[in-house]
Amino acid sequence: MKYSYYPGCSLSSTGLEYGLSTRYVAKKIGMELHEIPDWNCCGATAAHSMNHDLALALPARNLALVEKQGLGLEIAIPCAACYSRMKYAIQAARSSEKERQKIEEIIEMPYEAKNDAICLLEAFAREDAQAAVKEKIVKSLNGLKVASYYGCLLVRPAGVTQFDDNENPQSMDNLMTLIGAKPVNWAFKTECCGASHQVDAPKVARPLIYNILRNAKANGAEAIVTACPLCMMNLDMREFEFNKAKKEFDIPVYYFTELLGMAMGADPKELGMEKHFTPAVARIKEAFKRPPEEEKPIKKAKAKVEEVKEEEKPKEAIDNE
Amino acid sequence: MVERNLTEAIAKNKANIDAIQAKSGVDLKECYQCGKCSAGCSMAAGMDLKPREVVRYLQLGLWDDVLKSNSPWICASCHTCVARCPHNVDIPSLMEAVRQEAKRQGIVPVKEVDVFTNVFIDSVKKNGKLHDLMLTGMYNMKSGHLMQDAWAGAPMLKSGKVGLRPHTVKDKEAVRRLIKNSLKRGESK
Repeated sequence: MKYSYYPGCSLSSTGLEYGLSTRYVAKKIGMELHEIPDWNCCGATAAHSMNHDLALALPARNLALVEKQGLGLEIAIPCAACYSRMKYAIQAARSSEKERQKIEEIIEMPYEAKNDAICLLEAFAREDAQAAVKEKIVKSLNGLKVASYYGCLLVRPAGVTQFDDNENPQSMDNLMTLIGAKPVNWAFKTECCGASHQVDAPKVARPLIYNILRNAKANGAEAIVTACPLCMMNLDMREFEFNKAKKEFDIPVYYFTELLGMAMGADPKELGMEKHFTPAVARIKEAFKRPPEEEKPIKKAKAKVEEVKEEEKPKEAIDNE
Repeated sequence: MVERNLTEAIAKNKANIDAIQAKSGVDLKECYQCGKCSAGCSMAAGMDLKPREVVRYLQLGLWDDVLKSNSPWICASCHTCVARCPHNVDIPSLMEAVRQEAKRQGIVPVKEVDVFTNVFIDSVKKNGKLHDLMLTGMYNMKSGHLMQDAWAGAPMLKSGKVGLRPHTVKDKEAVRRLIKNSLKRGESK
C-alpha cells in the first residue's frame, strides 16, 4: 500500500479534518502516502469554466511532478474535484500525442501520463486496505445507521473515473459495514450537492442540500458519510444553517476516514472532529456505548422470510397458468 | 409559442451548429429529445431553459435564446444527465461551450458565477493554491453580496479552517506561466 499523494487545497483549509483523519488512518494501517512536492491547485470547477486548456494544465503540472519524482506509484486523491480534474488530464494526455504535446508545451515540463490516479476511497476499498483496516478496529459503531453519500465526481462521468457504480455505488457502504455501522438504503447517494453554486447561486442550490438531508432522514439515517471536502462543507455548514432557522435535522456529517479513525480508537481531536459546524463527536461516542448488534435474530428473521417466499412461489406459478 | 421553420433554421444557422459541435466535441444529432437529462438534472428547478431545451435550441443553431439563458451558468457539471442519456450526449461540455461563447460576446446572465470563477483563478494565479479567505472576501466584494456567509468567518478562523495567510507553492512563477500559456492559446483559437 504505497501511493503518491495529492492532498489538494481543501485538506489544509476547509477540509482540515479530512487531512488529519486521512493521515491518522493511513499511518495506522501502514499505507504510505508520499505527498507530491510543491503541488499546485487543480483548478477545480473554476478552471474548466474559464478555459479548456487551463483545466488540463493545472492538474497536469502535478502529474508531471509525480513523474519527475520517479516513485512510479499511483496517485491517491482525497478530494472528489481534484480527483476528477486529474483523471481528465491523464485521459486527455493518453487520448492523442497532439494533446499530450500541447499539455507539455503549456506546463513547460515533460509529461508522459505514466501514472494512474485513484480516489482515496478506492485505495481504502481495495482488499489489502480492507484487511488492514479490519485488523486495527478496536471499537464497533454498533449498528449506527449511516447514509453513504458519494456525490457526483467520484463516480461520474463513468468513462473518466471508472470507479464503482454511478447510480448505486457500494464501496463506502462496505467500509462502513466493516466498522459495525449499518448503511441505509437511500435515494440520494450520487445526487449533486451543488458544489460551488452554494456560494454563487445559493437560491437555486440550497434546496439540493435540503433534499439530501431530508432523504437521509426519511430513511432513518443517524449520520451521513462523505468522501469529498466540498460535499462535506456544503452538507455540514448548511445543515447547521437550516437548524438555526428551524431545528429540523439531527444528522451529523463525517468523512469516511473520521469514522475509520474513531473505530481504530482515535481521540476525536486527533481527527479534527470537533471542528464541524454540526456537532459530530457525541453521536459516535453514544454509538460506542450501544449494546453490540445481535446477529442471530436478524438471521432468523431472514430465514423466515425465505420460507414464506418459497411457499408462495408454487401458488403464484399455478395462478399464472 | 413561436412558430419556427425547422428546415430553414438548420440551413440558415449551419455555421452556429458546426461551431458549437467543434467546440464541445458533441454530435448534436445524437440527441433525440427524450428528456431524461431534464428529468434528472439537479439544477433544473432554477433553469430558464431545461437541459433538453438547451440541446434542442443548439440543434437548430438558435443561439440567441441559449446565449442569454441562465442554464449554462448554473449547470453544476454533475454529469447526471450524461450518465442517464441513452446516447451519451455530453451536455456539460455543451453548457461549457455556450458559457464561454456567451462570455466572449459579453453576455453574462449570472454575474455571480462569473465573479466566482474569476476570483478563484486570481487566487491560484497569486499563490499557486487556493486561499479560501481571499476567495470569499473578494467574491463578496465583487458580487456585492457583502455579508454572505459572514457568520461562518469567525468559527472557521478559530478552528483553523481558514487562515489569514495563504498557503503557497514554492515555484509561483511556474504556475503563473502555465496560466498565461493556457489563456494565450485560448485567445488564438
